Amino acid sequence: MIHSLFLINAAGDIFLEKHWKSAVSRSVCDYFFEAQERASEAENVPPVIATPHHCLLSVYRHKIFFVAVIQSEVPPLFVIEFLHRVVDTFQDYFGVCSEVMIKDNVVVVYEVLEEMLDNGFPLATESNILKELIKPPTILRTVVNTITGSTNVGDQLPTGQLSVVPWRRTGVKYTNNEAYFDVIEEIDAIIDKSGSTITAEIQGVIDACVKLTGMPDLTLSFMNPRLLDDVSFHPCVRFKRWESERILSFIPPDGNFRLLSYHVSAQNLVAIPVYVKHNISFRDSSSLGRFEITVGPKQTMGKTIEGVMVTSQMPKGVLNMSLTPSQGTHIFDPVTKLLSWDVGKINPQKLPSLKGSMNLQAGTSKPDENPTINLQFKIQQLAISGLKVNRLDMYGEKYKPFKGIKYMTKAGKFQVRT
Amino acid sequence: MTDSKYFTTTKKGEIFELKAELNSDKKEKKKEAVKKVIASMTVGKDVSALFPDVVNCMQTDNLELKKLVYLYLMNYAKSQPDMAIMAVNTFVKDCEDPNPLIRALAVRTMGCIRVDKITEYLCEPLRKCLKDEDPYVRKTAAVCVAKLHDINAQLVEDQGFLDTLKDLISDSNPMVVANAVAALSEISESHPSSNLLDLNPQSINKLLTALNECTEWGQIFILDCLANYMPKDDREAQSICERVTPRLSHANSAVVLSAVKVLMKFMEMLSKDLDYYGTLLKKLAPPLVTLLSAEPELQYVALRNINLIVQKRPEILKHEMKVFFVKYNDPIYVKLEKLDIMIRLASQANIAQVLAELKEYATEVDVDFVRKAVRAIGRCAIKVEQSAERCVSTLLDLIQTKVNYVVQEAIVVIKDIFRKYPNKYESVIATLCENLDSLDEPEARAAMIWIVGEYAERIDNADELLESFLEGFHDESTQVQLQLLTAIVKLFLKKPTETQELVQQVLSLATQDSDNPDLRDRGYIYWRLLSTDPVAAKEVVLAEKPLISEETDLIEPTLLDELICYIGTLASVYHKPPSAFVEGSRGVVHKSLPPRTGSSESAESPEAAPSAGQAAEQPAVIPAQGDLLGDLLNLDLGPPVSGPPLAASSVQMGAVDLLGGGLDSLMGDESEGLRSDVGGSPAMGGGGGFAAPGPAVPAGVGAPLGSGLGDLFDLTGGVGTLSGSYVAPKSVWLPAMKAKGLEISGTFSRQVGSISMDLVLTNKALQVMSDFAIQFNRNSFGLAPAAPLQVHAPLAPNQSVEISLPLNTVGSVMKMDPLNNLQVAVKNNIDVFYFSTLYPLHILFVEDGKMERQMFLATWKDIPNENEAQFQLKDCSLSADAVSSKLQGSNIFTIAKRNVEGQDMLYQSLKLTNGIWVLAELRIQPSNPTLTLSLKCRAPEVSQHVFQAYDTILKN
Repeated sequence: MIHSLFLINAAGDIFLEKHWKSAVSRSVCDYFFEAQERASEAENVPPVIATPHHCLLSVYRHKIFFVAVIQSEVPPLFVIEFLHRVVDTFQDYFGVCSEVMIKDNVVVVYEVLEEMLDNGFPLATESNILKELIKPPTILRTVVNTITGSTNVGDQLPTGQLSVVPWRRTGVKYTNNEAYFDVIEEIDAIIDKSGSTITAEIQGVIDACVKLTGMPDLTLSFMNPRLLDDVSFHPCVRFKRWESERILSFIPPDGNFRLLSYHVSAQNLVAIPVYVKHNISFRDSSSLGRFEITVGPKQTMGKTIEGVMVTSQMPKGVLNMSLTPSQGTHIFDPVTKLLSWDVGKINPQKLPSLKGSMNLQAGTSKPDENPTINLQFKIQQLAISGLKVNRLDMYGEKYKPFKGIKYMTKAGKFQVRT
Repeated sequence: MTDSKYFTTTKKGEIFELKAELNSDKKEKKKEAVKKVIASMTVGKDVSALFPDVVNCMQTDNLELKKLVYLYLMNYAKSQPDMAIMAVNTFVKDCEDPNPLIRALAVRTMGCIRVDKITEYLCEPLRKCLKDEDPYVRKTAAVCVAKLHDINAQLVEDQGFLDTLKDLISDSNPMVVANAVAALSEISESHPSSNLLDLNPQSINKLLTALNECTEWGQIFILDCLANYMPKDDREAQSICERVTPRLSHANSAVVLSAVKVLMKFMEMLSKDLDYYGTLLKKLAPPLVTLLSAEPELQYVALRNINLIVQKRPEILKHEMKVFFVKYNDPIYVKLEKLDIMIRLASQANIAQVLAELKEYATEVDVDFVRKAVRAIGRCAIKVEQSAERCVSTLLDLIQTKVNYVVQEAIVVIKDIFRKYPNKYESVIATLCENLDSLDEPEARAAMIWIVGEYAERIDNADELLESFLEGFHDESTQVQLQLLTAIVKLFLKKPTETQELVQQVLSLATQDSDNPDLRDRGYIYWRLLSTDPVAAKEVVLAEKPLISEETDLIEPTLLDELICYIGTLASVYHKPPSAFVEGSRGVVHKSLPPRTGSSESAESPEAAPSAGQAAEQPAVIPAQGDLLGDLLNLDLGPPVSGPPLAASSVQMGAVDLLGGGLDSLMGDESEGLRSDVGGSPAMGGGGGFAAPGPAVPAGVGAPLGSGLGDLFDLTGGVGTLSGSYVAPKSVWLPAMKAKGLEISGTFSRQVGSISMDLVLTNKALQVMSDFAIQFNRNSFGLAPAAPLQVHAPLAPNQSVEISLPLNTVGSVMKMDPLNNLQVAVKNNIDVFYFSTLYPLHILFVEDGKMERQMFLATWKDIPNENEAQFQLKDCSLSADAVSSKLQGSNIFTIAKRNVEGQDMLYQSLKLTNGIWVLAELRIQPSNPTLTLSLKCRAPEVSQHVFQAYDTILKN
């Protein structure tokens, strides 16, 4: 099982270590540092590194490497999922997950880590349970603790630990009972030079914020459940009911949680809401290149596209760019060669464009690679797959809750090749 | 306000100050001090000196303080064992506390203190906690047993904790069940023989019930445990699969992958005609695809596993090519894995898309990725024949970009395409030649030189091109030098008139000016070959090359099957069995896929193939840089060409020396490699019209050279020579009383390719016998006398005559029972006598029964599993080498030898006179006199007899 955890910052300093079994010397991280040195960027450090006696599994989040050490045959995904849970928990506890924050709260971090694993076996990883065991630091609580001498460690067995619904604590009470669901879809797509789609798929999630008194039992049904043929559920969802009736039936956790995530695969036709017209040309023997891109709406179902952001990694040979946008602001960083253009909203009557010239290194041949354009955007009140919630019902409690549902479509990894 | 204040140091000395604070009367101050101590500990500072002071704070009703002290204890108890004893009383007391949280905390912490003296005190509290009324305490105690086992395994067994733990599998609380399973799995990993997780249908049922109700982590443990179960039939397998499939929709990817493992394994048992089988296949694709939209680290692990799944069951993901398309900001480790899978999924249906993508990748920034993409195009060409033309033109486009490393990679792969499709794409050679100057990597240069040499007759200025390389001969890498040598010899053989000077130049460069033994030896071989018999040289050097294999670096099937059982584990990421990397490989039990119901019952029967070491495991189409020698030899000398005429011609020349012997060994003959007279003065050559080198090699070099060559050319070396196969002692076939006084005893032998029946005819009658003749009935292999029975003089009473009757296998065939039954009729002046005898099958093993390694691999896979038979060879305590050489004497050839956890695996082939190939895998354990023989053959009825042949050969 998981032996130890090392937290390493981008500079290569180990700023926290935690051992769940006998201590492992930090020299084991030397293998990690070697790999880190070889990788051109932090993102490229391989997640699985074999050493003679151990195996190092790492994730890179918030500019911190979380490196777990294992000694025997342990499922790597189990370790990586656990590391993600650690990151989420830190974020949940401290608002942000950063080196400074972790150092500032080192004792709480240590206590939390101790509760999450026992001898390398997961003990309590649900945030609601952890928070009952070890209260997150707040300014008020720190003050109160100092005055009264009370502690931020709960001495009650968390109620969720052993119940059939470990994700929900008992005795929840709200004056306003509300349940909100956000259907968020991200489009991952690769568009080729000519504008046709090479691959496009939708990653969707339904995130919920449920603040309901007691033990409510909810059902959620869809207008078109057939869209959902590849789904991953929160443990609270009753799978059998879904299998037979295509209805989501569950006792929700208290607070924010992800009810389900789904995937609409490349085999279905995915609507592409934007197009990019581009004309990027380098000429041999000239130190000037032409650059022109225009963004426009395509299949938007009548909705506005907002928050449009265009980024592109320009070839090394580009020294500088002098461009004029028809709207928004743009920046070209001559060191990293990253061009970003914050477009904002797309007005179909007046399409935003960015035009100008590029200064190329003189005397060299034209760059081998063409820049890929990365696109970000948002469309409110639209789930691009067409998914629609039919109704939400509550059983088991008598009050009437407020219900709300919101849809949003975003660009995920949306790339246009030029 | 924050914990960072704990790090501030004062001038007086931190430890001193902390000591004072820890002993303070104020609770709050104490707690702050302990926090400071913990803070120092977390960053790796040594605060062990404070041990007694911290332990003193343990007696408290403040839970937070207690926890902090426990944290400290766990860290330092080992270094202060005597002090740690002080804490025991408090632990024991806490284990009786009314609050289950404190009971659990106490037992949990005690288990983490790795001090023998403490563990003794742990037993009683642990026993109580395992039976605690509160499930939270029970589940914590279950893990504690695993901890204790790690510290003192004997103690755990003596105290009977393992049985208690096994009982917990039937606990009413699913969380307790999950933890018990996890603990037992961990313990059994270090005790492979203990059979702790004795799974039966009842316990499986309990696990499946708990699976639905426990936490995600518990589900992983239970699924991994389920995967070790062997269902008794396909119906049980199906019912387990049905109950596991819902896990595919879990949000935790580790749960998903563990479920995939269980399904992939149990699917093996389901009949392919079953509707459910198809349903299951369909259900497997979406979760795998979903894993690819997760974080890159998860993707990486998923991709490594998908790589295995795609090799085992390509049908699952054959329509999902697009999800493996590379995004430009994927981390490099994800890109490379995706590329690999794209090639595995490439088929005629999607090749156009794949090619377009690959072409796109070839213009990316990352050099490693671009190179791999270009190679991938070549691999597509080789894999999908219909696409070859398009691939070649794509490669040509890429060459036009003139990007140096792209051009070089392209040339390397085009060489392979030429070999796969000879005489098809040679028109592109001109384009390739244009880029000659830009090649600076050895592999690319070698590939280009090979192309020039191979197609010298189509390239007008081949001599000029090669000459230009020759200028810097000594600065080239060995790979290029060897290739250049061969290419120029090829050129000479094709255009002898204008290139004599060039060939002499290169031969003298290679033999006289080089200190590389490989190069020098090859130089001498060519030189002697050219000087002795240019016709033979042509046959050897310009021999037709074997086509290269279609499949691209597949994992060998046995390993693949084993790895499928390890889906989701480290082994699946490394693509190595756990024994290859697990510490001390103590806990490794081999896992194997369950056999499909109805097929042979041997669960362990490997489905697979030979390999010598990791490197050779994958029949690489794109030759790895490392094995250039083997590869080059392969290129040049190709398959055994007509050997005998060559050997004969050199004998006629009276030059039975270097070439005679050397070539024989090249040809795969069993001669012992070079004779030791390498250094001797070589004979003057006749045909080529130029002088052989003088006695340039000092005599002393001879022996090492010889042995070097022996090694290089053949693994078989050594024994066997011309002795022929094993001959059984003669036995009486026809007793005198049944044949009016004629006694016939005999045996069969095989020598240098010919079979004979060695007979002793004894006259036990009182009259002279004459006019002998012999005839065979039709038999399974068409054995027939090749000559009449020649008994020169009449046989006088009490006289014997020994006759060797040559046999051939061109007689008429009829299947006999037993297969090797031979009915013989012998006639003399008295009467006709009939008898039947059984001949040992090994007389039918032919001399060219050595299969190419890749052929072997392909054939082994090709032959259905039902045709596999397994036998035990008892009481044979020979070493692997002895076995192999003994068998080789009887034309059973060892193709590869591999050592797997101390046991030797020999992969062997043999061919029968009627062309039936038999493939064998022989497992030899050093201490065990019983060998395991698995035979695969398209005609399974011969297996039994082949086994008997093995048995006879090895025991004599």
